Amino acid sequence: MSVLLNALFLALLVILAVAAVRVRDLVGAVLALSAYGLVLALTWAGMGAVDVAFTEAVVGAGASTVFFLATLLRTVRTEQVRLPRARAASLAAVLLLGGLLFLATHEFPSWGDPASPASVHVSPRYLRLGYEETGAPNIVTAVLADYRGYDTLIETVVIFTAALACWVLLWRPKA
Amino acid sequence: MIREHDSVIVRTVVRALVPFIQLFALYVVFHGHGSPGGGFQGGVILAASYILIALALGRAELDRLVQEGAVLVLGALGVLIFALTGALGPVLGAPLLDYEVLSLPGVHGPEARALGILIIEIGVAIGVAGALTLIFCRLAKAGEGEGAP
Repeated sequence: MSVLLNALFLALLVILAVAAVRVRDLVGAVLALSAYGLVLALTWAGMGAVDVAFTEAVVGAGASTVFFLATLLRTVRTEQVRLPRARAASLAAVLLLGGLLFLATHEFPSWGDPASPASVHVSPRYLRLGYEETGAPNIVTAVLADYRGYDTLIETVVIFTAALACWVLLWRPKA
Repeated sequence: MIREHDSVIVRTVVRALVPFIQLFALYVVFHGHGSPGGGFQGGVILAASYILIALALGRAELDRLVQEGAVLVLGALGVLIFALTGALGPVLGAPLLDYEVLSLPGVHGPEARALGILIIEIGVAIGVAGALTLIFCRLAKAGEGEGAP
């Protein structure tokens, strides 16, 4: 993907993230968050992480938006709490912390670096033997469903638990 | 309560579109081996088709199609399919989540693992579709909610 397109996506992400926090109209804020999810999915797709992009598109841009809107049906549409004006001290603290984090990103391995820690541990073995061992040409599926089956099993339990919690918390006996 | 959408165009398009969305969901689940996607994404798309029905055709139409209790049972069933497939390993003297125990005549080694992956993907899809539909059903409960956006 071209550098220009990447820069556009990243700039859009920042704008949409700020919009999602600052917009007082909650439906507008939810839609900004949904657009954020969509642009993020495009960014993932551009980086070659197609499975992650797919998940971000269906959950981040799709399902969570509908859940937020359904929640708004039960409450009011405008934000009631006014965000306090930023004070000089807190602004300085945020800028300092943000600057430190920004400096720390220079220590990260560059994108796609074959010598980065994540690429030299178990990944080469998975890539080499994944298809032979699991019969799944999509290496992401092989890792998710087989090599890291525990994680996926517990993840599924987590989602079901969330649904169960929602079901129990919002349950109201018919008066 | 979410009522039927006013526009006949929206209602008709949604009615026509839902079968294709569900077909695509199944495609995503069953082609998880070879292409992007899998049980999770397919399950979300399947849930989205039912949410779309509620948004365009009204909550009453969704209630006519699916029962909340049945959706809860389906969600649990999906997790159960995954867990039981994984538990077959220890029962037959192999590690947990070792799908090679699924060997059948003519299906062994990597093929058995691929079969195991397919079974658990179906479990994940049923579980996720059930869970997300249930969350939506609860959030957009009929007859509740005062302020409408």
